[in-house]
Amino acid sequence: MSPISRGFHRRHQEAEPAGRVPPGQYVTHDFPVLSAGPTPHTRLTDWTFSIEGGQSPVSWSWQEFQALPQETVTVDIHCVTRWSKLDTSWKGVSLDVLLGAVSYTAPYVLAFCDGGYTTNLPVADLLGGKAWVAYSYDGSALPAEHGGPARLLVPHLYFWKSAKWVRGLRLRDTDVPGFWETYGYHMYGDPWKEQRYAGD
Amino acid sequence: MEGTAVRGRLTWQTATVGAVTDETSSVRTLSLVLPGWAGHRAGQHLDIRLTGDDGYQAERSYSIASAPGEPVAITVERLDDGEVSPYLTEDVQIGDEFEVRGPIGGYFVWDGDASDSVPLLLAAGGSGVVPLRAMLRHRSRIGSSVPVRLLYSVRSQAEVIYRSELSSPADGVEVIYTLTRKQPPGWTGYARRVDQKMMAEVAWPVASGPLAYVCGPTNFVEAVASDLVALGYPPQRVKTERFGATGTP
Repeated sequence: MSPISRGFHRRHQEAEPAGRVPPGQYVTHDFPVLSAGPTPHTRLTDWTFSIEGGQSPVSWSWQEFQALPQETVTVDIHCVTRWSKLDTSWKGVSLDVLLGAVSYTAPYVLAFCDGGYTTNLPVADLLGGKAWVAYSYDGSALPAEHGGPARLLVPHLYFWKSAKWVRGLRLRDTDVPGFWETYGYHMYGDPWKEQRYAGD
Repeated sequence: MEGTAVRGRLTWQTATVGAVTDETSSVRTLSLVLPGWAGHRAGQHLDIRLTGDDGYQAERSYSIASAPGEPVAITVERLDDGEVSPYLTEDVQIGDEFEVRGPIGGYFVWDGDASDSVPLLLAAGGSGVVPLRAMLRHRSRIGSSVPVRLLYSVRSQAEVIYRSELSSPADGVEVIYTLTRKQPPGWTGYARRVDQKMMAEVAWPVASGPLAYVCGPTNFVEAVASDLVALGYPPQRVKTERFGATGTP
């Protein structure tokens, strides 16, 4: 039973859309930025997206990546620091397309990024129209501070799983913690179950 | 970006407000009585949960303002359209209770052990000074002689948090202000937003192997971090913590 915080009450009276804001979150109309280090700036001519650990590695240059089938999606995103942003619009390539180019049996991936960031995800969470590598936000090229040139977009998990500056996936037989997971954040990160930290 | 595992379940515990200090007209430090606190590292944060008498709850994260071993304190800036910060800066009184869990985070931390014994550059924008203040207090408590420069960007002198504490820094600590909007008469210090020239003047030379911690609004952090990288700081030696929106997009 939580103690009552004397005199505290709801200030925001407008009801948030039912069923769209996970517990412990609030809706923001801004787009806050959170990252652990300087923003990397990778030239598109140096950029590749790779999938390692399958039967044979695959890699796309920026130009090849742009030629892959595109999808435009509108999704709600939820950051573990408690903001949620509704109806965000992205363009990118479905992970169904990308993983479809590889032959593999591994059940997990570790996403890797410019700047050294990593995050772990089950492959099942990347398939079935649930995840993308996005390079456009709200009709424009994705700004570097938001993860451009391209970031993962896995909106059904807390947004730290949607790794900025993503450069590829390493298929893995076991689930190993990525960057924030090593520092005590949850291995899976379901916002609807409030899986913020290890043990939640 | 390798880390040391810090795992284990974080449970909510009841905190009682033990002391209240007004830092500026819109910023207040709350010292908390937390009997079950397991300790923290300088730079970590915590979550708080407020509960109204109708059961309504709101959660937020705050940087810890106190050094390891000191009573846990948070410093809160009032955001006028906020829900939690107006309560914590205006309504809360000594003896009031809410819930806390933590500590959280293990990357933006400074322990002051042997591997950290290099010059420290701290750069704060506005209330981004809070976790850096925990590092400064920790440095004093452990008797570290690591040289420190704190660059503190703030709109005016009236908005300087921890003003009296920062006006008499410990030996080896230098505090450099840039007052970006309003300067007192006779001000000879910086009076502009941070830029590469300022960073080149303030930052420790790369050759001294410095470590940088940068905390503040996104635009401030982006500017400082990219200037440091341009000056030759290896990106992994520049640790950042950002808050707030970018405006675009």
